[in-house]
Amino acid sequence: MEWTNSILQGVLVGGLYALFATGLSLIFGVMRLVNIAHGDLIVLASYLALVATQTLGVGPLTSLLLIVPLMAVIGYGLQRILLNHTLGDDLLPPLLVTFGLSVIIQNGLLEVFTADSRKLHAGAIETASWPLVSGVSVGALPALQFVVAVLLIAGLQALFYRTAIGRAFRATSDDPATAQLVGLDNRHVFGLAMALSLAVVAIAGVFLAVRANFDPAQGPSRLIFGFEAVIIGGLGNLWGTLAGGVVLGVAQAIGAKIDPGWQLLAGHLTFLAVLAIRPEGFFPRVKH
Amino acid sequence: MRDAPLLKVADLVAYYGDFQALYGVSLDIAAGEVVAIVGANGAGKSTLLKTIAGQLAARRESVSFDGVAIGGDPAFANVRRGIALVPEGRRLFPSLSVEENLLIGGQAKRAGRWNLAAIYELFPVLGERRRQPSTSLSGGQQQMVAIGRALMSNPRLLLCDEISLGLAPIIVKDIYARLPLIAADGVAIAIVEQDIAQALAAARRVFCLREGRVALASETKDASREKIAAAYFGV
Repeated sequence: MEWTNSILQGVLVGGLYALFATGLSLIFGVMRLVNIAHGDLIVLASYLALVATQTLGVGPLTSLLLIVPLMAVIGYGLQRILLNHTLGDDLLPPLLVTFGLSVIIQNGLLEVFTADSRKLHAGAIETASWPLVSGVSVGALPALQFVVAVLLIAGLQALFYRTAIGRAFRATSDDPATAQLVGLDNRHVFGLAMALSLAVVAIAGVFLAVRANFDPAQGPSRLIFGFEAVIIGGLGNLWGTLAGGVVLGVAQAIGAKIDPGWQLLAGHLTFLAVLAIRPEGFFPRVKH
Repeated sequence: MRDAPLLKVADLVAYYGDFQALYGVSLDIAAGEVVAIVGANGAGKSTLLKTIAGQLAARRESVSFDGVAIGGDPAFANVRRGIALVPEGRRLFPSLSVEENLLIGGQAKRAGRWNLAAIYELFPVLGERRRQPSTSLSGGQQQMVAIGRALMSNPRLLLCDEISLGLAPIIVKDIYARLPLIAADGVAIAIVEQDIAQALAAARRVFCLREGRVALASETKDASREKIAAAYFGV
């Protein structure tokens, strides 16, 4: 029963990893940009939520009402002012620039917030849980996180395949030059994609900050979880990314159960095993 | 007496990469007029269309649309003004269905008579296949999607780059038969072709390019085969 419990917790945290991954694969898919600063932007969202909860006296979940639009605006601005200028035939410039951005964000956060670990406090919901069967219970917060993750992924799926902006994302991803011929301003479309990406990771970043401690140096590990979930699930498939996040979460939970020191290692080993056996991931891009 | 031109190209110089493709091209197109732009491979026809559409850089005054200098403006801005290009090789969006390819053509949101229903009336086969991936269609049907996508922006000037390329003659005839319907309400059309017979039959005037210059500009009825051959090959 203890095992069942651990695996269940792994599944639930997997939803958050899937959200990190979705933000990452969204911008890679639309503009072939590998955002090395992705994890640091997630941590930035956590700190912004920290400031909001402290100054406004609201809970972390309420702070999302402010943090999500704020991160979207930051994403749009970042893309228009900086990242659009790095895009071209060469994948290297955006990689280098976002690496630099990662260093700047980490050090900026260190300067302002020190290296102390922080945590967001959401009150009673953190400890509330529902017993499922004897020995297995599901926490209200992890359950809420997972439900939010699934709803967000369903929403993104609908956005991509049912709306005009989703069409614009897919068309620009297919052929940026021809997208301009139908009246799409790529710089704006890319800005919207980055805004959406950071809005999604803001939600995941705030939820994770309620669940576990964070400090300015944690971005790169968030980034790696995102990468691993994308690769395990298969690039360009949102439900696959959710599955990838869940696999990663479960692997970490099982590793931690065996030995607390093995939590991260088990996740990385699972990722490497998938990469070796099925490099295209479990659910590669579906052809439409 | 001809109307004031909708499009005026004056002394246009353009480069394709490091290669100078156009050396001072001048021409004009009136509203509702169909013109053919012919010439050998490498004469600068596609470069000319791409520059007018805004895919290549140009001096501002060298392209005017409806009296406004637009040379060098980006393509997305020119679509909103009413210039639509049917690109060489069709360039449909492979992850979009037939209908989505058409819908995205209409995203510039210009008012006019072209909408999904009108496109399906012009090319009925597209209506039957609207849910299919654009890549699953035959070459001729894909060309219809490319034309439909451009029309969805309700252009005032439609630029067609090699729409007959790689298609069976009967399909080409079928597509060309639709052009008068498109031009009927005042849309100007510029047709670029290497195969000149079809283009000449559809056009009122012809421009022949050779080595980046206009070698012949004439009413099609006055352009004899010999005159065009001389301009085309420079003999």
